[in-house]
Amino acid sequence: MLNIKNLHVEIDGKKILNGLTLSVKAGEVAAIMGPNGSGKSTLSYVVAGKEDYTVTEGEILLNGVNILDMEAHERAVAGLFLAFQYPLEIPGVATMTFLKAAMNAKRKAHGLAELSPGDFIRAVREAGARLGIDPEMLKRPLNVGFSGGEKKRMEILQMSLLDPAFCILDETDSGLDIDALRIVAEGVNALRGPERGMLVITHYQRLLDYIVPDTVHVMAAGRIVKTGGPEIALDLEKNGYADYLGAAA
Amino acid sequence: MSTPVILMRTPAETALIERFADEKATLPGAAAAREEAFARFAAKGLPTKRVESYHYSDLRAAMRSLAPRPALTKAEAGRAFSGFTRLSFVNGVFQGEAAPSGITLEPLAEALEAGCITPNAVMGAASDVVVDLNTAFAREGLVLHVAKGVTTPLHLAFIAAGPGAGFSRMIVDVAPGACLTLLETHEGGAEAYQVNAMVEFRLGAGAKVEHLHLNEAGQAAMMLTTLATTLAEEAEFSSLNVALGGAFTRHQVFVTFAGENAKSTIKGASLLSGTQHHDTTLVVDHALALGISRELFKTVVDDAAQGVFQGKIIVRQYAQKTDGQMASNALLLSDEAGMSNKPELEIFADDVVCAHGATCGALDESQLFYLMARGIPKKEAEAMLIEAFLAEALDEVTHEETREVLSGLLSAALRRRVS
Repeated sequence: MLNIKNLHVEIDGKKILNGLTLSVKAGEVAAIMGPNGSGKSTLSYVVAGKEDYTVTEGEILLNGVNILDMEAHERAVAGLFLAFQYPLEIPGVATMTFLKAAMNAKRKAHGLAELSPGDFIRAVREAGARLGIDPEMLKRPLNVGFSGGEKKRMEILQMSLLDPAFCILDETDSGLDIDALRIVAEGVNALRGPERGMLVITHYQRLLDYIVPDTVHVMAAGRIVKTGGPEIALDLEKNGYADYLGAAA
Repeated sequence: MSTPVILMRTPAETALIERFADEKATLPGAAAAREEAFARFAAKGLPTKRVESYHYSDLRAAMRSLAPRPALTKAEAGRAFSGFTRLSFVNGVFQGEAAPSGITLEPLAEALEAGCITPNAVMGAASDVVVDLNTAFAREGLVLHVAKGVTTPLHLAFIAAGPGAGFSRMIVDVAPGACLTLLETHEGGAEAYQVNAMVEFRLGAGAKVEHLHLNEAGQAAMMLTTLATTLAEEAEFSSLNVALGGAFTRHQVFVTFAGENAKSTIKGASLLSGTQHHDTTLVVDHALALGISRELFKTVVDDAAQGVFQGKIIVRQYAQKTDGQMASNALLLSDEAGMSNKPELEIFADDVVCAHGATCGALDESQLFYLMARGIPKKEAEAMLIEAFLAEALDEVTHEETREVLSGLLSAALRRRVS
């Protein structure tokens, strides 16, 4: 599904990723844990196609296709979804207008007709209800004045409506209280399936209590330094990243 | 007496002088006001960028020649707005439609002949060359008397047919306590025509006017439009200019607070591309106390287009407790696009709240990436953000259908950029 090979990335001449190699299969939920500054968010942005980064070496394959030459929107319609750590507030763009544009962009790219207004509203209402999204929220400009929990729920709503092949969740637990975390995790778990891969990026074990991963990768200094099962997360929670920082140096 | 030093006359200036000499005997009303206004123009010629108020819009360079007198013609339907009573003007000439009840129409020429209207009574506009030329040449136009109880919104549709240089003047006299929604539209073909159109509003005590101005002029047109408003006590005035057309446009707004407790809201949404030049020049003059003024201008500049905003709030000595806020925000979409922002406050009273702000920037890359990460192609994502940027200027248009038409016109122009 997602294969990252020997990825080297820099921004403004500063090296962030140093030969990162990672593979996530269809149906697999992989977690990446790592300390601040290890390059986790850079990885998510580079995979999603943010333009500020320079890939100096390596490749990223989604279902065998190298996506590095694609623009962000092409990667999205090819099935990639990034749930942002800090979803952007976009004043003046109505949430519903945005959702419709996103859903129709994908349909258009796959040669499908635009959704009828009725089908669109029904889809949003159903998915919104499952995530406990207040219909009033959908009437507001995108993410404007939303609480941290509301923004994350909005990310998961988009994820479920866009039905991506591969999801990256970047620090989805940041800014969430325990109830919001549970709702968001349930939303994510509902999207787990044999066809879909997921990469869950987090600092803490806590999120992985709710979204239980198949594999856990530890990232330090722009590389994966250890791979194993969920037990690694527990070990990290107890002992911290000190051992791995040594290994990466 | 010393002779003022003037530059060699341009073909446009020479043609204006010849045309005035030719026409003045047949122009309606007292000759003195016209002669005086024309003399001010003739002494200095068209303003160059050395004249402060034209520094960013060199009218002398932009207007090299004068278009001929516009033909007298019946024309073309033009854009209609549902729910509005439409009065149309082809090359400035009123086409004779009936006014809604409560509004009395009087041809400008008759009003001038009767001496009941003095042109150029608007304080802030007193020495502007565009206004002076309008005062000198205006023959076409109407005086509208608006009584209390009018509910039908009015549409003044100005249609330019063929190349020509036309001068028109509308005077809208709004009775105390009366309300009016007035939409002013300008459209025309691809010929290089020149419009000098002035609308004067005189609001009685407690009168309320919502003015909407839509510029869909042809791509080669020179548009010199002036809006001059005088507010009596407790009058409320709002004006929105949606600017899409024209090669060289100067939209001037003069608002005078001549009574206490009056309120004025002036907004603009401009979308410029190609080599368009669009200038908004605004003077809000708080002569008396307790006035509230709000100005918000949103300008989107693409390609090699140039935007100009000059806004001045004057608070005179007796205008205590004035509350004035002015903002001009520009979005530059290309490296060659330019915007000149010049906000000014001139305050002579000591108990006022006034602020101004001006920004120029590009689209937010992070917002753009967020939209693209959801599959929305770049150009379309840009269009969504541009629309969002402009939307704020339109959100107080009370007539919902009209707001939708106006925002639809902006969207359509943006979609053309996408395709």
